[in-house]
Amino acid sequence: MKLSEKEIEQIALGASLLGTGGGGDPHVGKLMALQAVKKHGPVDLIKVEDVPDDALVVPAAMMGAPTVLVEKIPNGNEFIKAFEELGSFLGKKVFATFPIEAGGVNSMIPIAVAANLGLPIVDCDGMGRAFPELQMVTFHLFGETASPMVLADEKGNSVILNAISNKWAENLARNLVVEMGGEAMISIYSLTGKQLKRAAIRNILSYSAEIGKLIMETQASKKDTTEQLINKIKGFKLFKGKITDILRKTTSGFNFGTAKIDGIEENKGDHFSIEFQNENLIAKKDDCVLASVPDLICILDLETATPITTEALKYGRRVTVIGIPCDEKWRTEKGIETVGPRYFGYDIDYVPVEKLIEGGVSK
Amino acid sequence: MSYRLGIDVGGTNTDAVIIDNDLKVINSVKTPTTEDVSTGIRKAIHLVLKDGDIDKESIKYSMLGTTHCTNAIVERKNLCKVGVIRLGKPATMAIEPMIDWPEDLSKAVSENFTIAHGGFEFDGREIVSLDEEEIKNFLDEVKDKVEAIAITGVFSPISNAQELRVKELVEEVMGNDISVSLSSEIGSLGLLERENAAILNASLSKVAKNISLSFKKALEEEGVLSSEIYLCQNDGTLMSLEHSLKYPILTIACGPTNSIRGAGYLSNLSNAIVLDVGGTTSDIGVIINSFPRESAVAVEIGGARTNFRMPDLISIALGGGTVVKEKDGKVVLGPESVGYKITEEALVFGGKTLTTTDIAVRLGMADIGDKNKVSNIDLNFANRVKDEMYNLILKYIDNMKLTNDNAPLILVGGGSILVPEKIEGISEVICPENHSVANAIGAAIAQISGQCEKVYSLLKISRDDAITEAREIAIKEAVDAGADPESIEIVEIEDIPLAYLPGNATRIKVKAAGNLKSA
Repeated sequence: MKLSEKEIEQIALGASLLGTGGGGDPHVGKLMALQAVKKHGPVDLIKVEDVPDDALVVPAAMMGAPTVLVEKIPNGNEFIKAFEELGSFLGKKVFATFPIEAGGVNSMIPIAVAANLGLPIVDCDGMGRAFPELQMVTFHLFGETASPMVLADEKGNSVILNAISNKWAENLARNLVVEMGGEAMISIYSLTGKQLKRAAIRNILSYSAEIGKLIMETQASKKDTTEQLINKIKGFKLFKGKITDILRKTTSGFNFGTAKIDGIEENKGDHFSIEFQNENLIAKKDDCVLASVPDLICILDLETATPITTEALKYGRRVTVIGIPCDEKWRTEKGIETVGPRYFGYDIDYVPVEKLIEGGVSK
Repeated sequence: MSYRLGIDVGGTNTDAVIIDNDLKVINSVKTPTTEDVSTGIRKAIHLVLKDGDIDKESIKYSMLGTTHCTNAIVERKNLCKVGVIRLGKPATMAIEPMIDWPEDLSKAVSENFTIAHGGFEFDGREIVSLDEEEIKNFLDEVKDKVEAIAITGVFSPISNAQELRVKELVEEVMGNDISVSLSSEIGSLGLLERENAAILNASLSKVAKNISLSFKKALEEEGVLSSEIYLCQNDGTLMSLEHSLKYPILTIACGPTNSIRGAGYLSNLSNAIVLDVGGTTSDIGVIINSFPRESAVAVEIGGARTNFRMPDLISIALGGGTVVKEKDGKVVLGPESVGYKITEEALVFGGKTLTTTDIAVRLGMADIGDKNKVSNIDLNFANRVKDEMYNLILKYIDNMKLTNDNAPLILVGGGSILVPEKIEGISEVICPENHSVANAIGAAIAQISGQCEKVYSLLKISRDDAITEAREIAIKEAVDAGADPESIEIVEIEDIPLAYLPGNATRIKVKAAGNLKSA
């Protein structure tokens, strides 16, 4: 499969659903990808199975402030030198790149990088959605390390970083990113084909494209987008409602808050809420949990089914909230420890969304 | 006594009012908007002066809110060819200027651009220095092909030094007459959107000259000789003609702003929701501290995404001329409308099309045309249509509110007949006198403003000191633009921490506004 203009538009829209409210505005990333394929031609999308076991595959992402990204747009060639250096450090050439997360701006950057560097992109990611921290990837669950990590800026600076732990990698990298001007292109979790096959979440780019295509086509033909979307992603409609209040606080750069939602139509008379920290984390009816992280909680516009980011939540918006089961890799002890509700500070146990729904909490 | 003349050009009508020093309405008129816009303006001035019994010499201020610029961009007409300079290399190469513009717009405006070395980091460090030779070479190459220049530097809202230097270079190579738009003077953070606004602004140079000349001429020909002349901006304040030549894009969407401000003034409320019902659509806006709430999202103009200030509005396809149908037992409202042809096509005027106005007349909510012509409409059906209209309006009004508290609703424009006296979530519904010319009144009462928007590092300066500094800059800008220092008030303070950035970087925005210095 080749990724060109049409697929990029579809993946960007699909990524806004899998971003579960976070992941940053994909607009800049999308324009980067579009320009790159316009200049260099479509990108080859290859299957995880097609990566040789000993090949070197490295993800490409943006690290830093989204507010800087919209102002200081990347050069596009940051990785040319950085990948060469990483290759000679590891004694191998970079075979392909892939997205570290499926949601938001970082779903688009690897497409631009692949086109600019003439590399194929692997149809997989390390989250199956979006998460805020470096260790929140399935590779971490399989004991892979973020190092050697590469950082590159538009000026031509690049750094290969070897840290003793993923936490150290995060701390050292944050400081370098500031020095580089608040934003850098990064690559973490360099893997062999064998490691990728074991830990990656497969087929996520083609899946995003299918989701995006379905949303576009059903919106254009005015068919019931929400119902068809739920069927497609094997998700659950949690409730329909009107946002009645948004409580926000910004702490150490992260966007925390609660959205209060009054039920409408079949949910009239019920009160719901959604807790978010960049991404949507917990959906509740009164005190009863309907879905929680790492399952995906997506807020859609009631009429158009267009996914809504946490920044765009405001009083009066009418929404449908859906829950989608996360990848099985997250539903392990180590997975829940890494990205379960307790890690984000909520004193509840993780119960899969399909079990919670069986309990009949949502009509 | 001295007077003000306010004119607002809308899609359907051009309205004019004369108000006195105490801002009391002396006379008002409505006349159809003409295709060239200027003829309609001239006619409105003529009519409002003819009927009003005042000395033309005593009109000391004339204000115009016009759709010239919006029309030029939407129709791709009379636009200048622009040379586009971005200061960003080696950053920003991944997205070229105008990449997502509709092709006909970029063709009409610019095929000449360069990304030159330059730009700043978020903390004010230079990414790289300017390469002046590189810029001069570009200017030499395009100087015979372009009529205006737009300059946009990375993080120029934080430091505009490079943009200013490049402007000097442009004047060296191309002379002082060429129009130069600096992005730092037009938009806020967000390179592509700010660049788009700067390019569109530059492309409007000819249109701006045309508005200025034709408005001046119309006033002179109608005998208004000793008036100061202003154009309305989309934030509800005024700019001098001289200023408007430099920043024509700031006039875009001043119409809805004027009607929101006019509504607030006429009903003596500084916080309310405003519903402006037209023939084809209705606009809902919000007035906060006497100014329209600004939109927080990117706004497209003619298909190009921009981020400069615009009033936060929802447009609904429901107006006095909206066509009413029944399909499969369901009421269908529009989206078609008979528009300005309502006086020919609506049933009450002897036409053949059932419109929302006919329903209002049938239910006794309005007395327009011949009510006998609608007496055979089934009452039950009419009530169902009414419910449908109310639900639609109610839903969008609720969308525009920011909290659950009840707020007053001001009705202006022509089709205020469509709105019930009581609405859920609304404390009272007010339909003030002169509501049909609220937009021209909004133009006439507009104030003079100044603004400061800067990113401060709160490690280097305390938040209070930063806000004080920004206030002083905004006030000085307002006074320089002609505001009476005594009347200046701070109408907006916004401080937004920049997410994921260390050093407590915060963007502080302050707006000050005051009355025109009295003549």
